[in-house]
Amino acid sequence: MNPVPDIYRILPEVILTLTGVAIMLIDASLPPAWPRRSLGWVAAIGTTLALWASVGQLGLPEGTGFFATVETSAFTIFFHVLICGIVLVAILLALDTLPEDSHHQGEFYALISFGAVGMCLLTGAVELLVVFIALEISSISTYILAGYRKHTGRSPEAAIKYFLLGSFATAFLLYGIALAFGATGTTQIYEIARILPTAQNHTFVLAALGMMLVGILFKVSAVPFHVWTPDVYEGAPTPVVALLSTAPKVAAFALLLRVVYEIFPALHSVWSPLLWIVAVLSMTVGNLAALRQQNVKRMLAYSAIAHAGYLLAAFAGNSETGIAAASFYAAAYAAMNVGIFAVITLVAGYDEHLSLIDDFRGVIYRAPLLGSLLIFFLISLIGIPFTGGFFGKFYSFTAAVDNGAIALAIIGLLNSGLAAAYYLRLALVAAQRPLPDKPVPPKPEVGIAVRVALFLAVAATLILGIIPGATLDAAQTAAHTLQVPPSQPAPTVVAPVQSPQ
Amino acid sequence: MMTAIDHSILTLILLAPLAGAILIALIPDRAKLPNWIALLTSLVTFLFTLHLPVHFISGQPGFQFETNIPWIEKPAIFYHVGVDGLSLWLVVLTGLLAPIGIIASWNAIQTRRKIFYSLFLVQQTAMFGVFISLDLMVYYGFWELSLVPMAILIAMYGRKEGPKAALKFFLFTFIPSAPLLVAILWLYARTNPHTFNFSDLQYQTASGILPAGALFWAALAFLFAFAVKVPVFPLYGWLADTYNEAPVALAMVVAGKLGLYSMLRFHVGLFPAQARTIAPLLIALAVIGILYGACLALVQRDFWRLLAYAALSHLSLIVLAIYGLTFTGWSGAVYQILSHGVVDGALFLLLGALELRYSTSLIDSYGGLAAKVPRAATYFVIATLAMIGLPILSGFIGEFLILSTTFAAVSRGWAVAGALGVILGAAYMLSLVQRLFYGPESAMATSKPATDLRFGELAVLTPLVVLMLVMGVAPSIWFNAIQTGVHPPPPAAAPRADTTPRAVILIDRSAAQGVEGPVVALSSASARDSAHLQPAPEAQR
Repeated sequence: MNPVPDIYRILPEVILTLTGVAIMLIDASLPPAWPRRSLGWVAAIGTTLALWASVGQLGLPEGTGFFATVETSAFTIFFHVLICGIVLVAILLALDTLPEDSHHQGEFYALISFGAVGMCLLTGAVELLVVFIALEISSISTYILAGYRKHTGRSPEAAIKYFLLGSFATAFLLYGIALAFGATGTTQIYEIARILPTAQNHTFVLAALGMMLVGILFKVSAVPFHVWTPDVYEGAPTPVVALLSTAPKVAAFALLLRVVYEIFPALHSVWSPLLWIVAVLSMTVGNLAALRQQNVKRMLAYSAIAHAGYLLAAFAGNSETGIAAASFYAAAYAAMNVGIFAVITLVAGYDEHLSLIDDFRGVIYRAPLLGSLLIFFLISLIGIPFTGGFFGKFYSFTAAVDNGAIALAIIGLLNSGLAAAYYLRLALVAAQRPLPDKPVPPKPEVGIAVRVALFLAVAATLILGIIPGATLDAAQTAAHTLQVPPSQPAPTVVAPVQSPQ
Repeated sequence: MMTAIDHSILTLILLAPLAGAILIALIPDRAKLPNWIALLTSLVTFLFTLHLPVHFISGQPGFQFETNIPWIEKPAIFYHVGVDGLSLWLVVLTGLLAPIGIIASWNAIQTRRKIFYSLFLVQQTAMFGVFISLDLMVYYGFWELSLVPMAILIAMYGRKEGPKAALKFFLFTFIPSAPLLVAILWLYARTNPHTFNFSDLQYQTASGILPAGALFWAALAFLFAFAVKVPVFPLYGWLADTYNEAPVALAMVVAGKLGLYSMLRFHVGLFPAQARTIAPLLIALAVIGILYGACLALVQRDFWRLLAYAALSHLSLIVLAIYGLTFTGWSGAVYQILSHGVVDGALFLLLGALELRYSTSLIDSYGGLAAKVPRAATYFVIATLAMIGLPILSGFIGEFLILSTTFAAVSRGWAVAGALGVILGAAYMLSLVQRLFYGPESAMATSKPATDLRFGELAVLTPLVVLMLVMGVAPSIWFNAIQTGVHPPPPAAAPRADTTPRAVILIDRSAAQGVEGPVVALSSASARDSAHLQPAPEAQR
């Protein structure tokens, strides 16, 4: 009856940290003239190892470590696997699309690894201060990555906007944490949850909830905290957007699930209508704004806002189906979104010589494979059956309908009809014959790494759409473990459990 | 007598085109290779579909060739497929039209053949899926899937305004399916035990467990989605553009069938009481659609648009039959769907052949072609006559059944109005024939030399024309199965049985098995209770 060594509880994070450090060290010791591309492979291998370690954590008994600050459970593992998968695809994408001569490639990959550490830790932390630190680790990495294309004006602008607004939002979260501490005298999530129902000062509790929601909803780019999204997506390099639009959001949704279902389940009557409103606003505003966009990346930015809304619809469900639906949606959304940004990076090129929707005319004639994949991911984003996007929406709205939120489901599905208009516009432009008098852009090169990345994204989207059973089971187990916290959340005692060996 | 193949034949039919599509996507785009693979796949699929009528047991109600295996545990979605008399021939028709469509596109499609034929075959899978799915979620999946290849292909191969027409088509049919999905989910959430299974749902909607008010809205959501797809007046906005822009092969494969079948199976079949409530409205809209479509068709200058509004008129006639809510009317409706599929397909092919030769679809540019392309003229005249319902051709049987039951069981006024639409139909179709093939030879016909129909074109048109004749003289081949699908109700469940006069029907009585009268449910509700399987006692001889 040996306790699980604490280090096992954060094994994926440790692996990712070591990867990041190793990349920085190698980068510093290589002669300046040498190419840095191989560092990307180091990052990819490190991420794969972290992914494998996360899966390996399934063998651990559920529980907390490091004085009840981090947890491993089906919930954390689900999101670890998801985040590591996204990061892996993003790294593979960057490997083939970053130009050979781009500066600071070592730092680029190191930052992605460190960002992944933050995101993974965010989903596993059960201590609000660790949550905050994890959020900062992931945010700071992504701020820098957003400004990676220094020579253009837009990229640093995006980074500054992202940084200023992001810091502002993180401050809200920190205020929320402080108020929660003020109300309960602890920052350990299970402790707070235990004490909250008897907390004396109800105003503190409400303020804590509100502040934390503001901070997190900013990270998931839900309306009305969404204004940064289009500018950042437009300015940041596309391979970074593939990461930015998925992994940090997935992590933030995991945090949101933890906050509302684990810390504030008693305040369901308060946050549920709030999230209902935010969901409806996000879908509607996101879709309406996306309809008017000419720039592909801005359009997808607004579409990401709308998808945050669909995901939030799952929060209208009763706790267990709601969590499962939200988790599943996060996976489906990540798979198709990372895929479409990968395709767009390849078609538009790293320097984005194609940025408008009309520039994509005839892609399917010029590059049949990429054109077909573009249409495939767009179809998934629309939510056509047999793709991940469909079951994502399906479970999300089923959760809502189950709990009687029929209005929300109808608004959501009508919104997806609206959304079909702009996704389809891009798909149909891509399917149209190219104009004869226009110069033909060079056919994009598809290297081996990016092939693997695309394959992973397509496979994930199809698997989630055709045989969603396994993922749904995982999501439900995750939901269950989030619902039922470890029986003995005593801060200093690790529950006596069996070692995996 | 079920053999092993009977359980998997529907899955084979479903997967064969999909396998062909994947194969085409993987092989290199060399010469006509994709065409040949697509043709081969569709022919094999057609052979598979022929297995169904051969081994179909007429007179045995309920679903046959069923497969029912769990697909997703929660929510409980089953891969549940099967056919009954209602869908049997529609599956075969879909199988038949696919190779014909592929041959029709043989020369018309010159670029990106791989994508065209892959998507064409995916479209076929989706259509088979719609016809054979008995689990509402699976059905919905195929229903939505059927939009995608169509929209992409319209955009890729549209004549002028491809993407615009594609967007219109997609949104018109996609947006109404949002309420449809909510209604399906609501049914699932409210039934006990939760189910998407068609037969179980049919039982539960009839049992009165579900609140009637909400059920009305659910039924309306179903109806709305189907009505747009048919289309029913006034939801026809997408129709003309789609007919105008879609590649010939796709337009003929898709036209009308999905929406009408879904109405019969999933609106009237699933919500009989609600369908009866709303039937007067639908009958009125159908009659308006018949006349309005016919009037619009009369004044079109472009033959694709003419065909589109003619389709609106003819499909509305079928809607009239469906919401007449009589057994004979339904048989007529199914028969008319089949006939319309064949006739409309032939007209599409012929007009497509003309457009390929003269590269215009303006009717006024044509004239006096009969001397130049005599075979095309002959086939066109036969197809036209079948379309306007000349006896001994296929269109007559369905039209007659529909109008006579409407006259007897619904209202004389509506029947007269519907018949007026048929007369107008003769007017615009015959005037089309006259303007295209007869009269003085137009400048274009003189200046452009054109060959008559080639062997490939004849090879696909001849079976269709033969089919029109056979369907016109020996309808019992089809009615045996159709009437097995469209059941008479148990006597107790037919509240209007005593008050409604019955139609006098001239079809082969032995084929009809002497069953007649107003009906409230389709096959499996009555299959549920074997005591009611016998023809209703009041059936007349």
